[in-house]
Amino acid sequence: MQIYLPIAEMPVSVLLILGMGAAVGFVSGMFGIGGGFLMTPLLIFLGIPPAIAVATQSAQIAASSTTGALAALRRDALDLKLAAVLTAGGFVGTVMGVWAFAAMRRAGQLDLVIVLSYVTLFTAIGMLMVGESARDFWSRWKGTAKPRRRAGGHAAMFGLPLRMKFPRSKLYVSVLPVAGISFLVGFAGTILGIGGGFIMVPVLLYLFRVPTGVVIGTSQVQVLFTALLAVILQATLNGAVDIVLAIMLIVGGVFGAQFGARAGRALRADLFRFLLGLLVLAVGIRFAVEIALTPAEPFSIYLPEGRR
Amino acid sequence: MTFRILSALLLAAMGLLPALPAKAERLMVSLSAHQIAIGSNYTGAQMALFGVVEDDGRDLLNLESYDVVVTVRGPREGMTVRQKERVGFVWINRSQQKFVAVPTVLAVASNRPTGEIATDAARRQMRLGLRAIVDAPEMSFESHDPDEPFRQALIRLKTKEGHWSEDPRGVVFVGPGFFRAPISVPGTAPTGNYEVEVVLLSGDRLAARRIASFEVVKTGFEERITALSQERSLPYGLGIGAMSLLFGWMASVIFRRD
Repeated sequence: MQIYLPIAEMPVSVLLILGMGAAVGFVSGMFGIGGGFLMTPLLIFLGIPPAIAVATQSAQIAASSTTGALAALRRDALDLKLAAVLTAGGFVGTVMGVWAFAAMRRAGQLDLVIVLSYVTLFTAIGMLMVGESARDFWSRWKGTAKPRRRAGGHAAMFGLPLRMKFPRSKLYVSVLPVAGISFLVGFAGTILGIGGGFIMVPVLLYLFRVPTGVVIGTSQVQVLFTALLAVILQATLNGAVDIVLAIMLIVGGVFGAQFGARAGRALRADLFRFLLGLLVLAVGIRFAVEIALTPAEPFSIYLPEGRR
Repeated sequence: MTFRILSALLLAAMGLLPALPAKAERLMVSLSAHQIAIGSNYTGAQMALFGVVEDDGRDLLNLESYDVVVTVRGPREGMTVRQKERVGFVWINRSQQKFVAVPTVLAVASNRPTGEIATDAARRQMRLGLRAIVDAPEMSFESHDPDEPFRQALIRLKTKEGHWSEDPRGVVFVGPGFFRAPISVPGTAPTGNYEVEVVLLSGDRLAARRIASFEVVKTGFEERITALSQERSLPYGLGIGAMSLLFGWMASVIFRRD
């Protein structure tokens, strides 16, 4: 069954979009990430104009992270104070990102910046996570227990002024690195057309050593507000949000996210980190391969004006 | 009638009629529809073009030798074709060629291959066929030396996308001087005004040319949504934001297990 998208100006298969929404929703619910880094390339592959793909899938991210955040709230599995600081930093980063996006676009080579950022960011974070998990597995197999939390790590970062207590996250840290990281995530996320949850989760896990049980809920609150801001900005400034596409993605996504969240709770924490690391690494490698291999079609058409 | 033609031929053969008066073919064309309305189940549309060739009777014997080329041009847009080149380990977009006012949809139909109908020069001059249209000087600002691959790439990519096509058997002569050509508009084609150019050729000579047009417009829900997103973009954005929250909340109520 086909339905016409009024803003993207093209017909798409309803079942295909619902299925894609469900699949990405599953991953998103499982790992507490927005899933934009998976959905955007899929939609573009279907022929939906990139600007509309990026803008519209943030509506789905907002919906699925609402569900996730509410579930985490009921289970008391989030740190609202930390989420508030992250959201504030993320907002500033998002607005700056929108500005930088336009500037780079004017200068040309935005595509290259995006792909290279994907490769560096994803490969680095993915390798960090997979490596850490592999060491965990190895030490458990050898029978030598590793201390779970290293007290007083990152001394320089923790010694900055404006320290703040985040009791839920067992964190007593300066606000500056937290806000700084969330600013960077908002900034990079906007330029890459993603929510940034997949950067935020590893940062909270590894850099700030927030307990795994709190990370997902907290990240989802931050993703929710960032995505909501993105939807409203995109619709108002660019007119690039397609409501028909958004509804289909949301309906598919909320169902997928439910099952994903259940699967995520059933996972062991170390396996969870390993799988998330693998996923991030896989996306990084995919982009690395894309720019390293000889393309089958070296030419591409670019439409300077308009959204298409 | 036959007598008149015969006598004309005879006179011509005898050199008694040194200059035949300029032939006056008349070409009449009609589209089966002038508007394509986009609704929620729109997946593209088909229509037909009908045409009748009339001349003033002197050339009836010659009716078989007419050729017809139908060119459909969608709304125009500027396009840049970029070529990836290897720099170190990565392939990046290096050289590019800008094309101005490229028809987003371009369909050429003829009763036989355009290569057989007219010479290269004539085709280029009359813009007959994808190749001739892309080679036309108005397609690009500046002509680089190696711009040939870019023109080929433009044709290749647009054809692969399904927006450009060339059908050497698309125009069918149903009877003497009466032809028909199907026109199909792909579902992904943009809205706007489409121009249909019908060229009648007799040998290499342009005998007649007619332009018809149709428009592709959104109707009903699709039209209202587009208008809303453009004219009241803030309420539209806030509405979608609120809708996302509502759906997310509903899901958490439906799937609540505790």
